[in-house]
Amino acid sequence: MENEDTRSLPQLSSIILEELSELTLVEVSRACAAPVDSIVELVAEGLLAPRGREPHRWRFSGIELRRATVALRLQRELGVNLAGAALALQLLDEVDALRTRLRIVGVS
Amino acid sequence: MEFKDYYLIMGVARDATQGEIKRVYRQLARKYHPDVSQAPDAEARFKELGEAYAVLKDLEKRAAYDQLGSNWKAGQDFRPPPDWNAGFEFSGGDVDGNTGQSAGAGDFSDFFEALYGRAGAARGRSPFASRGEDHHAKVLIDLEDAYAGATRTITLQRPEAGADGRVAMHRHQLNVTIPRGVHSGQHIRLSGQGAPGAGQGQSGDLYLEVGFNPHAHYRVDQRDVYLDLPVAPWEAVLGATVKVPTPSGVIELKVPPGSLAGGKLRLKGRGIPGATPGDFYAVLQPVLPPADSAAANGFYLNMAGQFASFAPRAGLGV
Repeated sequence: MENEDTRSLPQLSSIILEELSELTLVEVSRACAAPVDSIVELVAEGLLAPRGREPHRWRFSGIELRRATVALRLQRELGVNLAGAALALQLLDEVDALRTRLRIVGVS
Repeated sequence: MEFKDYYLIMGVARDATQGEIKRVYRQLARKYHPDVSQAPDAEARFKELGEAYAVLKDLEKRAAYDQLGSNWKAGQDFRPPPDWNAGFEFSGGDVDGNTGQSAGAGDFSDFFEALYGRAGAARGRSPFASRGEDHHAKVLIDLEDAYAGATRTITLQRPEAGADGRVAMHRHQLNVTIPRGVHSGQHIRLSGQGAPGAGQGQSGDLYLEVGFNPHAHYRVDQRDVYLDLPVAPWEAVLGATVKVPTPSGVIELKVPPGSLAGGKLRLKGRGIPGATPGDFYAVLQPVLPPADSAAANGFYLNMAGQFASFAPRAGLGV
């Protein structure tokens, strides 16, 4: 199975999620496989900060889409509530930033 | 198939109470959740844990499992005894509970399925068109690939139903173009390469989290790339033009006179490319030539005389 000729496989093109922008509420909800209401709740909690005032004008970035999927997964799989997921995400961001600093100074 | 010791996986005694099992599951799930944990095997651990909990939290499944006896060892070759589940009735397809979708029935081991059936099958019978699940995987690339773009063949394992209706894990290979300018921690999306949808529903997407293989010389922060650049003391003091490797090729860099150790020389736009490309930083590290000859030794002695008033530890107050 390992020896399959990989040259015959079709070449799949891909996009960098984080560089997406201008995603609408409906697109984010579809990409997260979650109802629109759950996305609206994430915005109300301050977890996502779309540009635009009314929900039908909201525009999300790929980074926010990623935050939304993680927040929804944490709620579903760890049983934390929305505020708990928001706190976890904030702490994960801080840990990431610290790890990066450690890498730059060559500690890890 | 291999026997799975669900008690061992969860690290609980065989006579643990339901309350204890729940508590331990919660603790371990937080520890190994793939979005939270940095452990390389977090995803596998989390799935295994979900499977163990699906059995041990359910009184009927647990009783049936216990009936197999405690002589089995993890990894031992296992066939369910012919009458193994006589007298047990498993309720419907609910193995999912709050262990969530990523530990969904499709991901459970052959061992689990031999004992309890493929409980997730009910999902496929849904009369509604629903979108397939998204799949997630990680892919490691070299920093140089981010500069030039690359093609990677990745192998994924996914459950597929065979002609006889049995579900087995199949290897699935994809040729993926890694876009130029991607950096560690970003995700690339392959539309329609996730799980097939039900009914008329569209397929889910495949998300690949990109990571960089550790590099012997370069460190990366977002789009910026750092290199520790050794320089001779006279190059730092007098200035020099030196050769510097970068992921996009060797360049000539001007070290200004009077440079200090730790000084950063920035090459604008020489980091990871993109709409706003990152920068490349050479961090100066003066290195001393060894005093491996009488002449060199004499030179250092001479220097000590010349710089008699130099107080390198003045900042330390000594």
